[in-house]
Amino acid sequence: MDTSNTASSPAARKPYGMLALFDSAPGIYEAARTVREAGYSRWDALTPFPVHGLDGAMGLGRSKVPVFVFIGGVIGFFVGMWLAWWMGYYNYPLIVGGKPYFSPIFPFPVAYELTILLAAFGALGGMFVCNRLPMHNHPVFNYEKFRHLTDDMFAVVIEAEDPLYDAEGTRTFLEELGPVEVTALYDDEEDDA
Amino acid sequence: MNTTKDSQYHPDGGARPAVLEEVRPANMPRRPIVENQRTFTWITQKVCGIVEGRAPLWWWVAFVISSMVASFTVMGLVYLTATGVGVWGLSHPVFWGWAIINFVFWIGIGHAGTLISAILCLLKQKWRTSINRAAEAMTIFAVMCAGIFPLFHVGRVWFAWWLFPLPTSNAIWPNFRSPLEWDVFAVSTYGTVSALFWYMGMIPDLATLRDRVRSVYEKRLEQAKSGFQRTFETAYYQFRKYFYGILAMGWRGSNRHWSNYEMAYLLLAGLSTPLVLSVHTIVSFDFAVANLPGWHTTIFPPYFVAGAIFSGFGMVLTLMLPLRSLFGLQDLITQYHIDCMCKICLATGSMVGYAYAMEFFIAWYGANPYEGFAFVNRAFGQYAWAYWIMITCNVISPQFFWFAAARRNLILVWILSIFINVGMWFERFVITVSSLANDFLPANWNYYSPTIIDIFTFAGTFGIFGFFFLLFIRFLPLLAFAEIKAVTPQADPHHHPENGNDDGHK
Repeated sequence: MDTSNTASSPAARKPYGMLALFDSAPGIYEAARTVREAGYSRWDALTPFPVHGLDGAMGLGRSKVPVFVFIGGVIGFFVGMWLAWWMGYYNYPLIVGGKPYFSPIFPFPVAYELTILLAAFGALGGMFVCNRLPMHNHPVFNYEKFRHLTDDMFAVVIEAEDPLYDAEGTRTFLEELGPVEVTALYDDEEDDA
Repeated sequence: MNTTKDSQYHPDGGARPAVLEEVRPANMPRRPIVENQRTFTWITQKVCGIVEGRAPLWWWVAFVISSMVASFTVMGLVYLTATGVGVWGLSHPVFWGWAIINFVFWIGIGHAGTLISAILCLLKQKWRTSINRAAEAMTIFAVMCAGIFPLFHVGRVWFAWWLFPLPTSNAIWPNFRSPLEWDVFAVSTYGTVSALFWYMGMIPDLATLRDRVRSVYEKRLEQAKSGFQRTFETAYYQFRKYFYGILAMGWRGSNRHWSNYEMAYLLLAGLSTPLVLSVHTIVSFDFAVANLPGWHTTIFPPYFVAGAIFSGFGMVLTLMLPLRSLFGLQDLITQYHIDCMCKICLATGSMVGYAYAMEFFIAWYGANPYEGFAFVNRAFGQYAWAYWIMITCNVISPQFFWFAAARRNLILVWILSIFINVGMWFERFVITVSSLANDFLPANWNYYSPTIIDIFTFAGTFGIFGFFFLLFIRFLPLLAFAEIKAVTPQADPHHHPENGNDDGHK
């Protein structure tokens, strides 16, 4: 069951954590629940697709992405209104069809579209910010079976920085969850520095 | 450590009323979204295989033909830019000819992509997962084709940036009262948001492709016969490594990430829904705000949106039916999917038919002689031929979809989907041209015909669309397989097929 993930001597490398591999959605769900109940805080579940209910099993709070979307939307709306006011009323007032220089009605479609545009950027950008992405390297990529984690397998990773982490104890704990295998992960990037 | 908070997530954790042990919910079988109990690996392999295998011969043939057809548009536009907008058949009183027709036609096609990815997502229609990626790609390429026409219709295309509120030496700003200006904002927002939504949906699938790059390279290197082939495979490997590596943004499938991702996805769906409805509403304002009989009607926004969705689903069927059989995707795009799409075509086609009838009714009921003439003229005037093509294709042809036998006959479905595309183009032709050609003063009347430049420029946009769509098929995941996996039975964390211990909690 034990495989160290790269060739160099494990003693010289900084441990990242312990990974347990699962081959089914119920497996990862139960494992996530147990890890959470055991009181671990710095850990994660890696899945190839969003497993329904896993957020609850992991005890994750509500995502912060809506905050970014809201801010984007509000900015978009006011930018749209301000554009029409500043250009048509303030910077170069021009009578078109005998209409008032500014009214909140006619630029509404513009403000509406900009609300959606900036809110959508808020959604994508907010997702990246909340997830600390892009992060093109990460210790879990060192796992030799990582490609299964974006294909058909699931994993729980408990980080070495978790206060409850203890190499032997955590390994035994994860092995009791009935995984396919348990592997120690190392943070190779730290080594090079 | 069973707290009450736990029990809300898992019913076994908390106190459970005893009666629940006796009551067993009836087993209500649903039509499976993925047929033949395919595994996760099979789904990954199937979809990634399209990108990772060698390009089939038909792909090269189609790609070369598309590129050549696309050159029609390029040449047409070069000629127009060099000569003037008069090379199109626009003349008094019809100054909105094929350009606006083609613009509305392509924008409308794009709408099905957003409908599938956004509105069906909010309505929790799980079948959307198999077709949303390709439909979103279709949206983006359709919007690109659409944008060409108004861009060049302005005549002096090098001044097209004046459409945006940017400072010019004239110091005059765009007129925000004009629906044409609203259109600039609507269409550019639509294109941008569609691209964002498309890209975000692709990130997990790009990560899967990224993680497979190495093994694909090793397999292909083994098969390489000559030194040249080995060099090519290595160069191609480097390209793929960086292409997928950069685009995947380091996605690692963390559930903490999925949580934010799903929230962002839901919000983008929620934002795209009012967006898609507004875009075609604003497109219809281009017409409806003008005081021209046949255009100046309040039915236009809903009528245009229904027509857009109708034409878009027609195009999705036109594209997906051949791809399904060429790539053997029958287990992922099942008859159920085709049934659903046909039924949407039937529903929206009938709505469009209702709108045609209601326009006539209002023209009579409104008792405005100009309005009344515009509609009688549509059906029986000089453009009656176009009107009846429109009625046949849009109202009559989808009625076949009432019958299951017709929906199962895929050749018939494909032919009808082409009819829908043709019919919706003619709808825009009828609206645009028949109203303009015979306006208030008979002395102004004229018969509008396109020139050969019009025809080739429009035909070429199908080449442009095909060019990009074929590149999409080759390099990006055609189906949203992470989402497809999530709707398979084995993805349910409470699915225990071995011991039948289904606690009824979903």
